[in-house]
Amino acid sequence: MKPFEKFTGTTLPIDRANIDTDTIIPKQYLKSVKKTGFGPNLFDDWRYLTTGEPGQDHSKRKLNPEFIMNDPMYKEPSILLARDNFGCGSSREHAVWAIMDYGIKAVIAPSFADIFYNNSLKNGLLPIIATAIDMDSLFIKSMEISGYSLTIDLVKQRVVDTDNFSLSYDIDEFSKYSLLEGLDDIGITLKLKEKILNFEKEYRKKAPWFFDQF
Amino acid sequence: MMAQTLYDKLWDAHVVDVTQDGRCLIYIDRHLIHEVTSPQAFNGIELAQRQLWRRDSILAVSDHNVPTKDRDGGIKDPVSRTQVETLNQNCHKHNLTEFAMHDERQGIVHIIGPEQGITVPGMTIVCGDSHTSTHGALGALAFGIGTSEVEHVLVTQCLILKKSKNFLINVTGDLDQAVSAKDLILKIIGLIGTAGGTGYTIEFAGDTITSLSIEGRMTICNMAIEAGARTGLVAVDNKTIDYVEGRPFAPKSDLWDKARAYWNTLKSDQSAVFDKSITVDATKIKPQVTWGTSPEMVVSIDGKVPSPSNAENSTKAASMEHALSYMGLEPGTAITDIKLDKVFLGSCTNSRIEDLRAAAEIVKGKKVAKNIKLAMVVPGSGLVKRQAEKEGIDKIFQSAGFEWRSPGCSMCLGMNEDQLQPKERCASTSNRNFEGRQGKEGRTHLASPAMVAAAAINGHFVDII
Repeated sequence: MKPFEKFTGTTLPIDRANIDTDTIIPKQYLKSVKKTGFGPNLFDDWRYLTTGEPGQDHSKRKLNPEFIMNDPMYKEPSILLARDNFGCGSSREHAVWAIMDYGIKAVIAPSFADIFYNNSLKNGLLPIIATAIDMDSLFIKSMEISGYSLTIDLVKQRVVDTDNFSLSYDIDEFSKYSLLEGLDDIGITLKLKEKILNFEKEYRKKAPWFFDQF
Repeated sequence: MMAQTLYDKLWDAHVVDVTQDGRCLIYIDRHLIHEVTSPQAFNGIELAQRQLWRRDSILAVSDHNVPTKDRDGGIKDPVSRTQVETLNQNCHKHNLTEFAMHDERQGIVHIIGPEQGITVPGMTIVCGDSHTSTHGALGALAFGIGTSEVEHVLVTQCLILKKSKNFLINVTGDLDQAVSAKDLILKIIGLIGTAGGTGYTIEFAGDTITSLSIEGRMTICNMAIEAGARTGLVAVDNKTIDYVEGRPFAPKSDLWDKARAYWNTLKSDQSAVFDKSITVDATKIKPQVTWGTSPEMVVSIDGKVPSPSNAENSTKAASMEHALSYMGLEPGTAITDIKLDKVFLGSCTNSRIEDLRAAAEIVKGKKVAKNIKLAMVVPGSGLVKRQAEKEGIDKIFQSAGFEWRSPGCSMCLGMNEDQLQPKERCASTSNRNFEGRQGKEGRTHLASPAMVAAAAINGHFVDII
């Protein structure tokens, strides 16, 4: 995982609540055994007028002109704005991979589904929880101002624009540290190998029926 | 000692380490893996040259991509085939137990775990699939994880987790005989919303829950995730113990006695405090059908498609407008007037033998309506299929005009060939009515097995009370 650095990027406002991971990346693309290459299929059903298949040249598919992602005003965004309960449904981490593969580094929403939130942190995608009022201002600005951009600072836990908008957000210390350092959770846990082994030894005595079944 | 909830007890029994900010390292007893969310995890392990921690905690099965007919012909789609073969190779390489496609024990991962006694009370159970909450019906702490966490568990046997809050849903009173566990959970999701359980572990309790079979409790816990909760739980009782006893991988003899004694303690203490609780009156619940594109968009069978003008706020109204337009429905339409094109009976929510029996009861001696282009039954496992065939249930469905398929996730998410065509409308026993879930532009209505069976016979939803 790459360390998360302060950045300034343009926004993409998708004004919908309960955006599920099936919508973020439809099922046919989950057949891949890789973590990359999902970007062209982010929001595939909303983005294209035709049904896509893995492996095809998606640049030749007919775009849905009514979907905001296809509006030239929102070219190459790096911050996604959404409404409540973003990322609900399936646990597919492909949703996070697709968002990141498209170039998005942070998602700002009033609330996130638990599994999606967790998956984001494991991949260096920053999920920012903002109040409904702040979300309303961000949506208005992003829809009215061409190339509306924000600066996202994780060290200070702040989001600002060049005008007078700013918000502070919460993130737990462990996730913040991991994101900033680009740390791999597995490496951190393996440092506790002795503790896990000791726990396992005792636990095996208490609940032997959980072991050696296969 | 302070009174504890069932969740507190399960959590405490698995804490390996507590960090300064309150995060815990939690030991994982059982890891179920399938072909869709595991390949990148194995690849990561290889790249980092790491080892698997405990192979005997893992069971593998392919379920999402497998064909449900002409299975002897193999998997036609080369991309799906590669994914299934990748799982086979990873299992072979790491010497893991796998129920491969032609093994009779193969089936949907959340059906076969309990069926085989591979998931039992008191365990921590994870799987790269959000419907892992199903196993909580046995009094196990079970939840879905992403692929990074799959890799983490494979290598460390643990997860770094923050404890969630406790939510008690107390359900009391008798359900009408035509009302099932599926109707109950849909009703609950309608009440608390799809984010109502976010950040919580939900314990389902009360006399209505204890009256349900273990299969019914699995249907309830399965859809806890549709209310936003990663975990659903039901306390262990005699039904749980009876269900587990004698299953192939369940503990035997001395171990069984020891296990049972421990499992009997797996219930919330009487004075345990929950962060949130609600009570639901089961006697008032009617059969439920979803009308929209989120499981919370649900009404009773005698209801009508609601109008956005009555929504509580503008965001909700906008969501309803989108859903109505996607579903091709007008506000005010009676649910019983909704005509259908396809019928799907299956998924980890409703493909156990009890579900097939309930549907067969309705279908018996009748024919699928002419406007139904396809009615299919996909049993949850090879063993459910065999049991149904032993009882003649396959014949009941087939003579009515249903297709009788082989086990897998099938049209719940349509990763294999089983999909809706654009604008096709489907009555489905599955768990998600999201846009495109069953096929691009497909329109899904979630309901119980009995309701879906009745809809197949009538060509539209009908009041089965």
